Formats: sequence, C-alpha cells, structure tokens
Amino acid sequence: MSDYLLILVSTVLVNNFVLVKFLGLCPFMGVSRKVETATGMGLATTFVLTLSAVCSYLVSTYVLEPLGLEYLRTIAFILVIAVVVQLTEMVVHKTSPLLYNVLGIFLPLITTNCAVLGVALLNAQTEHGLLESALYGFGAAVGFSLVLALFAAVRERLAAADVPQPFQGAAIALVTAGLMSLAFMGFAGMVHE
Amino acid sequence: MIPAVAVLAAIAAVAGALLGYAAVRFRVEGDPVVDQIESLLPQTQCGQCGYPGCRPYAEAIARGEADINRCVPGGEHTIRALADLLGREPKPLDPEVGEEKPPAVAVIDEELCIGCTKCIQACPVDAIVGAAKQMHTVVAEECTGCELCVPVCPVDCIRMEPVPVDLETWRWPYPGTAEAHA
Repeated sequence: MSDYLLILVSTVLVNNFVLVKFLGLCPFMGVSRKVETATGMGLATTFVLTLSAVCSYLVSTYVLEPLGLEYLRTIAFILVIAVVVQLTEMVVHKTSPLLYNVLGIFLPLITTNCAVLGVALLNAQTEHGLLESALYGFGAAVGFSLVLALFAAVRERLAAADVPQPFQGAAIALVTAGLMSLAFMGFAGMVHE
Repeated sequence: MIPAVAVLAAIAAVAGALLGYAAVRFRVEGDPVVDQIESLLPQTQCGQCGYPGCRPYAEAIARGEADINRCVPGGEHTIRALADLLGREPKPLDPEVGEEKPPAVAVIDEELCIGCTKCIQACPVDAIVGAAKQMHTVVAEECTGCELCVPVCPVDCIRMEPVPVDLETWRWPYPGTAEAHA
C-alpha cells in the first residue's frame, strides 16, 4: 500500500514531470494563459494519461515482450496513444456533450504531449506492474495538472504586473517557470524513484 | 524484421478496426437539417458564399445566420431546392456574392500552358488533369464553372467558356424568375 502512495507522491511532487523531468513543456507554456483553460487541459490530460499508461502497459507486456520486440516500444506506444486519444474524443463526444465542450479542443492536443509518451516509456523501463503503471500515469497527470493550474494562476497575475519591457511576454513566463522549477527541486531526494 | 512489421501492422489493424467500430457505435447525430441542406449544395467547396466550404455554409443556413441565396455555382436551381426544403420563398442570387452566369466550363489554352500545376491545386472538384511541366487540361464533365482556377494561372491561359444550350441541356425557366434569364 505504502508503495503505491509513494509512487503517487513521487510523481506528483518529487519527480514532477514538467518541472523536474521537463516533459510536456509545450502545453505547459501554451495553454497556461488562463486558469480555466489550464484546468480543462489538466482534466483531459489526466484522463488520457491514465488510460494510455494502462493500454501501453498491456501492449508492451502481452504483445511486444513475448515476441522479443521491445525495441518497437516507442513507435507502438505512439500508435496506442493516438488511438486512445481518438477513442476518448469519440466516447466523450457521445456520452457527455458538456464535458466535450469543456475538453473538446484540448483532447487532440494531448496526442503530441511528450509527457504521455514519457510515462509509457518510463513505465516499460522501470518494469512497473499494471496497477503501478496506472498509478504512475495518474500521478504524473495530477502533477502536470497541478503545475499547469499554478503556473496559469501566476501568469494571470503577471498580466497585470508592471514588468520591465525587456522581460515582457514569453521572457517573464520562462523566468517564472524556472523559479517554479527551482521550488519543486526542493522536494528532490525525499523519495527515491 | 518481418515479425516486427507484422506485429506493428497487426496493432495498427486492431486499432483501426476499433476506431472504425467506435465511429459507428458512438456516432453523434448532428442536426439532420444540416445534412439535408448540405446534400442540396453543389459540393464545389469554392467559398464564394463567404464560408469556408459547403458544410459550414449549410450549418450557417441551419442556424439562421446565412440566407439561402449565396451559392453561386448552385445558382437558381439550388436556391429553389433550398427554398423547398426550408419552406421559404425563393429569391434571386445575392448580388453581394456575384451574379449568376450562364453555366460555363474552364478551358485551358494548351499552347500557353507551362505545366505549373497551380490550377490543379486550386480546383475543388479535381476536374483538371496534368502533371508538373506537362500540359494540363480540364475534364469538362467534372468542371462546375467555379472559376477558382482562373486567377491562379500565372500565364492567364484559362478562360471560361459558356456551355452552349442544346436539346439536352435546355429547360424551362422557373416561373417568377424567368425575367432574370430572358
């Protein structure tokens, strides 16, 4: 039990995918202008990441490993992730139009989120079991959402701040991201992966 | 090598089948009126109505944002069909989008054609055949007369020729709009 808790804490805070592992930076910079869109993206990513972590685990364990084709992981996972994203979009569109309106435009963007592929590959590398894989994916997604929402909140405040001209726009956003990353590095060493 | 290709192909086939099934199983019923309107439009995707294609124009009509008289290639015939479907009065083509011309087809002056393929890319209905540095020509049966190929030709070798009215193509003008044709 404590192992699973450790995986969660480790992925959410200590080895945060965005600020410590530097994965998934494009949505981190791209959709963090407003808190609402950031939460939408976070929700969609959480859903897809957990699902794709499980699916890639299944493909890796029951298809690739028995055949000795571990070297095909990257391309097979890309395929799996694309399918999961597409399938999620269809199912959400059918079952919950409200959720679809909230997540709609973000769902296809997740295909290109490198954190999703990163989770799948790291799961295979560290030889996680099914539940561990799912938790690892879920934790990574929660960490991603948390950081995205925090960063969006900071950026909303920055919009009103009196930033010196050379630092305005992307420059101050990157500086902020760096400072947040420093703060998260403070967790380093609390949990070994 | 062979097993790798086979496995990837198998995964892709399973994924494709899954998505295909899901597309049918989780199909979202759109507004049926939109589909009906779209089926009446000429599908030239020419954009002369001010919308990026026939589907967006059909959606705009269904939402009540666009009038039914903005389709230039469809002309009077399409307007009448739309008016029938939606229970509205037919009206002449909106002068804002252009005036209705007699049906025409594009003709490429093959002496002048330099084979740049620009008109092939512009054609929404793939009615122009040809390859790079080869002479192009227009498949007259496919051409809808949308004129999108005319401005892109760098040597101005495309002209619009009206389709001559013969026993096959002549029809009675609709009552009420007859004077527009007279």
